[in-house]
Amino acid sequence: MENKALKTQDSLFLKLTEALKKELSLEKGKEKIIGIKFQKSGEDWNLEELKVQDPEEDITRELSETKRQLKAVKKRLKAAEQQLVKQEKLASLGLLTAGIAHEIKNPLNFITNFSDLSVEYLVEIEELLQDHKHLKEIKDAFALIRDIKTNLGKIHDHGHRAEGIVRSMLLHSRGGNGHYDPVDLNALLKEYVNLAFHGMRANKNPINVEINLDLDPNLGKVTVNAESFSRVILNLCKNAFDAMREKAGSPSAPDDYRPKLKVSSFTENKKAVITVEDNGPGVPDELKNKILTPFFTTKKGAEGTGLGLSISKEILQEHKALLSIDSKEGEFTRFRIELSQKL
Amino acid sequence: MKILIVDDEKDVEMLFRQKFRKEIKQEDLELVFAFSGKEAIEILEESDPPSVVYVFSDINMPGMTGIELLQIIKKKFPQIKVSMISAYGDSENYNRAINSGAKEFFTKPIDFTSLKREIRGVLNT
Ligand SMILES: [Mg+2]
Repeated sequence: MENKALKTQDSLFLKLTEALKKELSLEKGKEKIIGIKFQKSGEDWNLEELKVQDPEEDITRELSETKRQLKAVKKRLKAAEQQLVKQEKLASLGLLTAGIAHEIKNPLNFITNFSDLSVEYLVEIEELLQDHKHLKEIKDAFALIRDIKTNLGKIHDHGHRAEGIVRSMLLHSRGGNGHYDPVDLNALLKEYVNLAFHGMRANKNPINVEINLDLDPNLGKVTVNAESFSRVILNLCKNAFDAMREKAGSPSAPDDYRPKLKVSSFTENKKAVITVEDNGPGVPDELKNKILTPFFTTKKGAEGTGLGLSISKEILQEHKALLSIDSKEGEFTRFRIELSQKL
Repeated sequence: MKILIVDDEKDVEMLFRQKFRKEIKQEDLELVFAFSGKEAIEILEESDPPSVVYVFSDINMPGMTGIELLQIIKKKFPQIKVSMISAYGDSENYNRAINSGAKEFFTKPIDFTSLKREIRGVLNT
């Protein structure tokens, strides 16, 4: 009895499948199945297809389907166009930045060199007054000169700093091909973590981040392509800031949540290791492998291109370096770079 | 020795005069300034042969660029040494300058220690 019921069901399914197959092949056909009638004949079930001969309805249906598809394509095209315009804008902005950056070097030339000159002059004044130091007024003047020298030193240092920022701006707007050189990795980390932070602060939705640099002074020089490698550092920091911004803005974040970025460098098994750790929302296990693939992004809307991490991975592959991720949801995300090219 | 500095920014004169104060006083160094490529050529044409032995020129200037000036000088007065001082220290500018006959390429902000070394080297030969 049971067997028979199964058999009936089987044949019913077969027929249904066939009917559906026909229905599918009807896309281009002239017949249209508008229903299926089930009829029991003895022990068996019969299926009767109720068809109508209506090519016009088919065409109407096809047309509306085509229209729907067209609409979808149009929507995709528009999104792509917007993305292109954005990239175009970014490219021209890059050119503009390069031009401006170069021109900034002209005033910086005067700032650093005139401050140096002024210090030289003050030293000469001190030499001139040396013999009259016993006079109270001259003593006071010496104290003032010392302060002015300190101030001029500050002007020089900050001019120098601005020059460094301009240099890295140029490095990135050019996007060219740098060289592999032994580099003071700690200095590079300091500079680019700082740059990423200030870049984030100068952009939309800045957040407060506590930055903790734990750099091993014995790291020494490591051979990298400073131009592309610094891009990886910028990128990892930017991702960390974005993740922490997301967490800070989410209602489930604890009230006392304070975004923290920790960048460390150390040596392990003769390899230079860099870690970039944030206390953002973390990465779920199922996404850990995906986040390094091109165009994968967890960022909303047009915020991310989904290329940052995959480009970073590529750059690191060129360095024969390893990029790995460790994370605990709700607690932290830690990227780890292992550079084997230690000199 | 007479050196010509070419730059469209006037403050360059003040900076160089002060930076080379001692050399001007003690050594046989004379600085002249031009604020455009055109002015530079006028100065070089003042005497025949020109009294200037070394030209340091900016590249990015309105009108004639430093590279154009360099090419004209190298054609008209091949004996005069020319070095560039530019904020645009990228390889493209560098190669163009060196291929056009520039002796050295200095970047801005100017490192006067290396600039002085270069001038002293020429003074001593
Ligand atoms: Mg100029």
